[in-house]
Amino acid sequence: MRDLKAVGKKFMHVLYPRKSNALLRDWDLWGPLILCVTLALMLQKSSVDGEKDGGPQFAEVFVVVWFGAVTITLNSKLLGGNISFFQSLCVLGYCILPLTVAMLICRLVLLAGQGPINFMIRLFVVAVMFAWSVIASTAFLADSQPPNRKALAVYPVFLFYFVISWMILTFTP
Amino acid sequence: MGMQELQPGQEFGDGATLLAANPDATTINIEDTGETSKHQPRPRGSSGREEDEELLGNNDSDETELLAGQKKSSPFWTFEYYQTFFDVDTHQVFDRIKGSLLPVPGKNFVRLYVRSNPDLYGPFWICATLVFAIAISGNLSNFLIHLGEKTYHYVPEFQKVSIAATIIYAYAWLVPLALWGFLMWRNSKVMNIVSYSFLEIVCVYGYSLFIYIPTAVLWIIPQRVVRWVLVMIALGISGSVLAMTFWPAVREDNRRVALATIVTIVLLHVLLSVGCLAYFFDAPEMDHLPTTTATPNQTVVAAKSS
Repeated sequence: MRDLKAVGKKFMHVLYPRKSNALLRDWDLWGPLILCVTLALMLQKSSVDGEKDGGPQFAEVFVVVWFGAVTITLNSKLLGGNISFFQSLCVLGYCILPLTVAMLICRLVLLAGQGPINFMIRLFVVAVMFAWSVIASTAFLADSQPPNRKALAVYPVFLFYFVISWMILTFTP
Repeated sequence: MGMQELQPGQEFGDGATLLAANPDATTINIEDTGETSKHQPRPRGSSGREEDEELLGNNDSDETELLAGQKKSSPFWTFEYYQTFFDVDTHQVFDRIKGSLLPVPGKNFVRLYVRSNPDLYGPFWICATLVFAIAISGNLSNFLIHLGEKTYHYVPEFQKVSIAATIIYAYAWLVPLALWGFLMWRNSKVMNIVSYSFLEIVCVYGYSLFIYIPTAVLWIIPQRVVRWVLVMIALGISGSVLAMTFWPAVREDNRRVALATIVTIVLLHVLLSVGCLAYFFDAPEMDHLPTTTATPNQTVVAAKSS
């Protein structure tokens, strides 16, 4: 119960990013795990044809998310940042929350059939959530870098969430 | 051996005048070389960008060698060892990218921008961006080309990302390894003035791939002519960066060996770009081209031959 409350509190911090240390101080990886599994499950095709029609498999989403987060963390530490390994993983994982919400909305919108208007709505939602994720994570991560390397540490985060947004946007049931 | 007493008001800096006054006086010079070489990169980094353009290696080779000797002292199993490969600031990375986009004849990329501080940040993240740029642009381009066809079902083709990653990273690491081995072997036979370390070669190759990122995005345009023009431009720029970097390293060698090396470097680059274009981007169909005068003739010819 206590862990669940901690996870819920961190979700709130991601949705309304303020200058607080709650995400960094007591890191946990439950939230990122729940979000990653949810995202990977939702990215699976609803059809049971059994053929691989080109979308990312469950394992591929998992690998992209976790290896991406580890790579960004290593990059940040190698550039001289003073954030710990698991703190960084925690922040990056929790900031996938807006994109998971976007995935949920996209699946609901796709129930109404496909078409250009449908696509425009999904594009708009994914773009807004992508911006939200990037802003939320840089709010937490940028302070840990020396000032002349902030952009170098933030760009991989941008690329990471861009790739996840692309996977969400190109999802076709 | 008379030591001059310092008059009140005189400073130590008047050593030259003191010596001129009394040439027999002994002078003691204490130079803190460690201090000066440590302070070198900071002012250079913050304000001396214009100076970077002028200094071409001879003046600061001693300091950079000292610095290089100081930097790589940690054993390879510590984290600090790998941190030395990421010792770049934002503006340094931008300068190196600019240098790869604007090859100036006579200015060597390694000498000018890398300067005994090869970094792995640029090559790694440029390759990562290029992998996703090619995969995503290829997917988008195929979608746009086949838009409207009734038999076409859009697939995200996510598996192509892993193929692209294998190709790009293999190119960015194995070709420099082979080139470095080859240059080392030639160095043992012919004494070359310029020799590059393995990381510097990786650095040049990594930054030279940057031009392909906008090229890959522009390859979405489904016109064959546009795509080939883009290939030519990208090859021209990155090929010349590579050629101008490696020409000084093989210049003293046998003429034929030198030319063959440069030609091989450029050929491998051509192979990479043309291969990526062919594999990830479907060819635009004939009837998608704006030259509508061609199609009636073709249908007439097809009708006649059938």
